[in-house]
Amino acid sequence: MSDEKDLKAHARRANAHAPQHRHSEDWPTRREFLVRLGVTAAVATGAGFLWRALHDPTGELGKPQEPTLHLKNFTVAPALGAKTLGIARGENYPQMLKMAIAAIGGIEHFINKGDVVLIKPNVAFDRSPKLGATSNPEVLAALIHLVREAGAAEVRVADNPIESPESCFAKTGIGAAARGAGAKVYLPTPSSFEMLAVPGAKLIERWPFFYTPFRGVDKVIGISPVKDHNLCHASMCTKNWYGLLGGRRNQFHQDIHNIIADLALMMKPTFVIMDGSRVLMKSGPTGGDLSDVAMGHTIVAATDQIAADAWGFSQLLGRSSELPKYLFNAQERGLGNLDWKNVAWKEEQVG
Amino acid sequence: MSCGCGKSGGCGSSGGPRSVVAASRTDATKRVPPTSDSNAAFDLLNRLKSETGNVAAPAPPKAHYRASQAPWWVRVFRITRIRVISQFFFFALFMFFCFVTWFSRMKGYPVSLFLEIDPLVAVATAISTHTVYRNLIWSLVLIIPTLILGRFFCNWMCPYGTLHQFFGWLFNTRRNIDKLAINRYRSIFQLKYIILIIFMVLAVFGSLQIGFLDPICLMYRTMTATVAPAADLAVDQTSRALESRGINAGWIRPLAHAPGAPDQRIFYGAWFIGAMIIVLVGMNLVIPRFFCRVLCPLGAFLGWLSRFSLWRIDRDLTRCTDCNLCLAHCEGASDPQAALRKSECFVCFNCIDDCPEDALTFRFLPVKHQKAAHGRHIISKIPEKEVAWPDLNRRRWILSGFAGVLAYPFLRLSAAVNHRGFNRKAIRPPGSVEESEFLERCIKCDQCINVCPTNVLQPSKLAHGGVEGWWTPVMDMSIGFCQLNCTLCSEVCPTGAIQKISLEKKLGLGQFAADGPIRLGTAFFNHGRCLPWAMETPCVVCEEVCPVSPKAIGTYDVQIKRWDGTLVTLNRPYMRPELCIGCGICEHECPVIDDPAVYVTAVGESRSKERSLLLRSRQT
Repeated sequence: MSDEKDLKAHARRANAHAPQHRHSEDWPTRREFLVRLGVTAAVATGAGFLWRALHDPTGELGKPQEPTLHLKNFTVAPALGAKTLGIARGENYPQMLKMAIAAIGGIEHFINKGDVVLIKPNVAFDRSPKLGATSNPEVLAALIHLVREAGAAEVRVADNPIESPESCFAKTGIGAAARGAGAKVYLPTPSSFEMLAVPGAKLIERWPFFYTPFRGVDKVIGISPVKDHNLCHASMCTKNWYGLLGGRRNQFHQDIHNIIADLALMMKPTFVIMDGSRVLMKSGPTGGDLSDVAMGHTIVAATDQIAADAWGFSQLLGRSSELPKYLFNAQERGLGNLDWKNVAWKEEQVG
Repeated sequence: MSCGCGKSGGCGSSGGPRSVVAASRTDATKRVPPTSDSNAAFDLLNRLKSETGNVAAPAPPKAHYRASQAPWWVRVFRITRIRVISQFFFFALFMFFCFVTWFSRMKGYPVSLFLEIDPLVAVATAISTHTVYRNLIWSLVLIIPTLILGRFFCNWMCPYGTLHQFFGWLFNTRRNIDKLAINRYRSIFQLKYIILIIFMVLAVFGSLQIGFLDPICLMYRTMTATVAPAADLAVDQTSRALESRGINAGWIRPLAHAPGAPDQRIFYGAWFIGAMIIVLVGMNLVIPRFFCRVLCPLGAFLGWLSRFSLWRIDRDLTRCTDCNLCLAHCEGASDPQAALRKSECFVCFNCIDDCPEDALTFRFLPVKHQKAAHGRHIISKIPEKEVAWPDLNRRRWILSGFAGVLAYPFLRLSAAVNHRGFNRKAIRPPGSVEESEFLERCIKCDQCINVCPTNVLQPSKLAHGGVEGWWTPVMDMSIGFCQLNCTLCSEVCPTGAIQKISLEKKLGLGQFAADGPIRLGTAFFNHGRCLPWAMETPCVVCEEVCPVSPKAIGTYDVQIKRWDGTLVTLNRPYMRPELCIGCGICEHECPVIDDPAVYVTAVGESRSKERSLLLRSRQT
């Protein structure tokens, strides 16, 4: 051990007296020198350019850029002599559906061969279709068959329910009915929502929208139940589009009438079906008791959802009070005609 | 072995790298496949000659010859390979059960099967409740073969063991000599028996804590809180990236664990549950099968049962050259080279595979005290001995028991698990039994939490139920809500902490009409934060979503003049407590999201008499 120490001390002393310059053979060759100089310069310059390119002096650039999407207008020019409202009464839903749509122009007028069609039922709650809180799966299946017979290449069914989507689609029977009729069911996932721009909307000018099923869609059909609603009095065709929104939609109740008018602005469907096979007369929009439900025996097809809602409010829910305010708001903004008596309509009894 | 202590077991148990191999003999390091007795005898003869100083003994030419002579099926269908297939199968089965634990996939699969055959779950709940719930009777499927064959579950079936073995194998970069050292028995392996005793004593007092470390509970919990939601995140982000580029991602979506969950599922303390598995798996780099050898209470229990097993690994002293190669891949560190520790042996058969002398066999009632007989000589210097009982002396058994006796009051005196001081947010899922009984049954496997479609069920934090109730299910209504027509959590619970209930029972329909619906708690309004009550702003989302009919939330409709002079109609909500079932959808949908203006607390829950609220709903 002591030997080692002595050796080290000796070496240190020797080094201290050694000459302090490098020998020429210690230096890198010219080639090595130039390569190293070049590499260092390149890396330094690269770092400078990269930092320049990423430079964000205010911090604004680093914020996430959400692309804003727009929905197109899905309406079709009305057929010659077509009514705005087609009302069919009876108990044979496929037949009634056909008659009601025939009155507004016939399914072939709306659906072209090869169209991708999205149907939006109301699947908001996880309960049996008998309770009237959701669209009737039989009517939905009939509608899908009709659309496919008209030549649609693909039929999609989508909704963003309030309760857990899978069980809502399962227990309302809508998932099975849609798949059975040959449609594709879209359930919302965390990434299904995109920022939608609705120019001119009062409250949802930009709002997260269930966009995945809308990619490449040509036609949109709404099919909604007729329900009592404590706050906005009735939930029918227009309110049905609420189920396509995401985000903090529990804020909508603070100005429900303007929101529903905004929904009419947001969605210009090809046509809507008001499914009055069952009517939820009270305890809406959830229901939960068979005594809340009345059999309506009615299906309405409409190219004007405001007129359809006005008709349903008085004729199906049987309310004599003034129409819900959202219908007036929508009419003021030119989104429909709530005076259904003055639009062209046709009522038929089937069977 | 030449350590001179004379006690082979004691020598081995003291561990450490000293006197690692006696493998200086050249033939001992050669791997020779299974062979017939006559060849072995010839081998032995040669070896004896060389031992007695006859160095000129010719090397037996049979090593190569025998390898080629073994029939192909012996070489291919080695028992260790069959074991690997079994492990793969049970691991895949476990993952499959986790994957189908979801509303649209459950169909009739026995998704909690691994918990139901887990004998520790069955025995511990039998101790705490004096009953064997529903499918726990299936644990006999494991108890009986363990009594006969030993602790085979650990290396043939246990998915958690397979996980550890796989990572141990993947990162095993040790030199051969270190492999032999690392697989020796160590005294730290006693710890699992101490843990088991403490848990069992707690179970006697009615506090079931095995779920903290039971490998099946641990693995289910890890899948629930970390792996499954991570898979969802990966699937969702990948398919979003593809779809936004116009590529069809329909084939990826079904890989998500929770399809049709509109929000990414989140869990209390997921980071800790995730950290636990990372640390425990990582410990395989320090000690192979660290969890299985040191911590696993199920392994300890099976090890204790193995004491009675009829088969065990047997070492033929007339063949064993004390080369220690049997330690190279020994999973359980059960000292096959010396006194076989029955309680530690995982019955992996690696030692039999590794033994170059065919000295090891898995034998029915092995002969003790082998003698030189039939012209054979004992050549192993380590005497024949069997360690049947777990290596834990009586004082330590007793000390562990005392630790358990002390642990009970320490846990139970925590206010959170008692009626006074019960956490108001410890809301149990529908069908749960009364709290003290709940703590006798819940094994924290978190199967209910995994299957819950709305993400309302959460592994509880320390604040909800102290250490005793940690990771038991509680409902957080700001994350989800109890869906009216859903009883999934009650279907997957293996121990009856959540009793299997029908929808009629949950909703109080049909024959259960007299009992009324199951109440989870009661909702309350905080007028100071409610928009119509305090802020002149219309709202009543709570009333809209209330799922019972007639609704448990009513409204007082008033017209007021706002501060700016405009007239506005406000529907001010109030609660009808007789109707409220505490499902919490009102709390979940309330726009005052951070501290909702309507919120559910556990008071009024129908499972507890002490926490009832209304005189009229009081049960006798």
